[in-house]
Amino acid sequence: MKLRTWFLLPAWLSLVLLFAVPFAIVLAYSFLTRGVYGGIELPWTAESYRRLFDPLYLAILWRSFAMALAATALCLLLAFPAALFISRAARHKNLYLQLVMLPFWTSFLVRTYAWIFLLRDTGLFNTALQALGITHGPLPLLYNDGAVLLGLVYGYLPFMVLPIYATLDRLDPALVEAAADLGARPLATVWRIVVPLSRPGIVAGSVLVFIPCLGAYLTPDLLGGGRTVMVGNLVQNQFTTARDWPFGAAVSIALMALVALVLVVFLRRQSEPLA
Amino acid sequence: MKRWLGLYAVAFFAFLHLPLLTLTVFSFNSSRFTKWEHFSLVWYRAIFRDPQILQGAWNSVIIALWATVLSTVIGTLCAYGLWKRNSRTLTGALYLSLVTPEIVSGIALLALFQWAFRWLHWQLGLYTVVLAHIAFCIAYVVIVVSARLRTLSPALEEAAMDLGANPWQAFWYVTLPALAPGILAAALLALTVSFDDYVITSMVAGVDSETLPMVIYAMARRGASPVINAISAIVTLVFGVLILISERVRER
Repeated sequence: MKLRTWFLLPAWLSLVLLFAVPFAIVLAYSFLTRGVYGGIELPWTAESYRRLFDPLYLAILWRSFAMALAATALCLLLAFPAALFISRAARHKNLYLQLVMLPFWTSFLVRTYAWIFLLRDTGLFNTALQALGITHGPLPLLYNDGAVLLGLVYGYLPFMVLPIYATLDRLDPALVEAAADLGARPLATVWRIVVPLSRPGIVAGSVLVFIPCLGAYLTPDLLGGGRTVMVGNLVQNQFTTARDWPFGAAVSIALMALVALVLVVFLRRQSEPLA
Repeated sequence: MKRWLGLYAVAFFAFLHLPLLTLTVFSFNSSRFTKWEHFSLVWYRAIFRDPQILQGAWNSVIIALWATVLSTVIGTLCAYGLWKRNSRTLTGALYLSLVTPEIVSGIALLALFQWAFRWLHWQLGLYTVVLAHIAFCIAYVVIVVSARLRTLSPALEEAAMDLGANPWQAFWYVTLPALAPGILAAALLALTVSFDDYVITSMVAGVDSETLPMVIYAMARRGASPVINAISAIVTLVFGVLILISERVRER
């Protein structure tokens, strides 16, 4: 065998054994029946998929989609001016980029926990608000949809900044100058010239934020306090507490199908690869 | 507009960094409440008296080291093979493993192990966690090493072969040394990703293989505690140093 074949073999083996086979098992389980004690039994059935269309579960799917969409929109809104600032900075560009990347390199769990520390009833925000006499009791800042959204935005913001920065950095400055020469005000230039030209970065960043948000589990679990159920929590719940593996498997397949759909729809418009 | 953009950037970076900074500052607070009393290392001392935290940290280190070494070897060989000639199936599978939601990977691996245990009378333990971590670390290693490979000229290996080296020698004596900084950077990335993982780990860990993130998670579930602040500060510092080293090495 050629050297290349030997070199690719361990990766093939790992991907087949630890990715393809587990996925095939989940696919098979999703068409089986839940046993009396939570096991998996014959006969084959599509019952789990039918249950997905129960309004209760459709609501969870819709909620996850809406949360991921809102998080993506907020990230875009927050990241675009920051990327614009970095791309127009005369000096220290690399320092700014590293400042964007730094929180991404620190533990995701710790970054999520930081918001529990800040938002809880006796947290920094509530303590400060009461010390300043603005509020008299603790505001319910934690364990709601808003906290989850904040956690998602905070967690994935760097994914939005970097691709947008990459396209802005390659933008020909002459285009901006031309717009100014022709009388466009700075904001109009940004809106009508810079934003449309940075579309590849915006699309790439949106995909990179939307996909992990859609399948998020840790953030809604810790910051939603069990009240904000997203599809990731539903999967986890079916495999642990509820012990309904076929249904949990069907939800996983549905989630993967959604992820694949998003990738196909977005990437079809994108000619350049992401990494 | 320039001034507004600058002001906005200040707020943006504050939003990114203040949460972790305040967390660290309050890890040195003597009070368990979020009111500053005076400087104290009491929470750091508490970490070293808690056997659960120490055991979790030890497990995490062992798992991360095994997962890093194995995924770095597999990933580097794979990146090299793909550099010679791309395989769309393999690249696609690697990207797919990156975009799969963690919770789905976690339950799929759990299903795999439970299924295998029908025949093998083994149990979930450290080794199942290591296998799971290898699965998601490979893609990161391939991406980082591939980026380094793209900066190399194929002419180097051709020259070695013209001078009589066989393909293996060309790889071992020419390409691998040139790749070393990329491989080290990839290994450090794999180390941090493995050390940090909670979601997949919690699905495939056995009773005796609780990791540090699992301990932190269990504590965070009960609410904030200055002990978590102290652990977070240490983890952030260690991660920061590792990443700094990795960046330095990559720039070489």
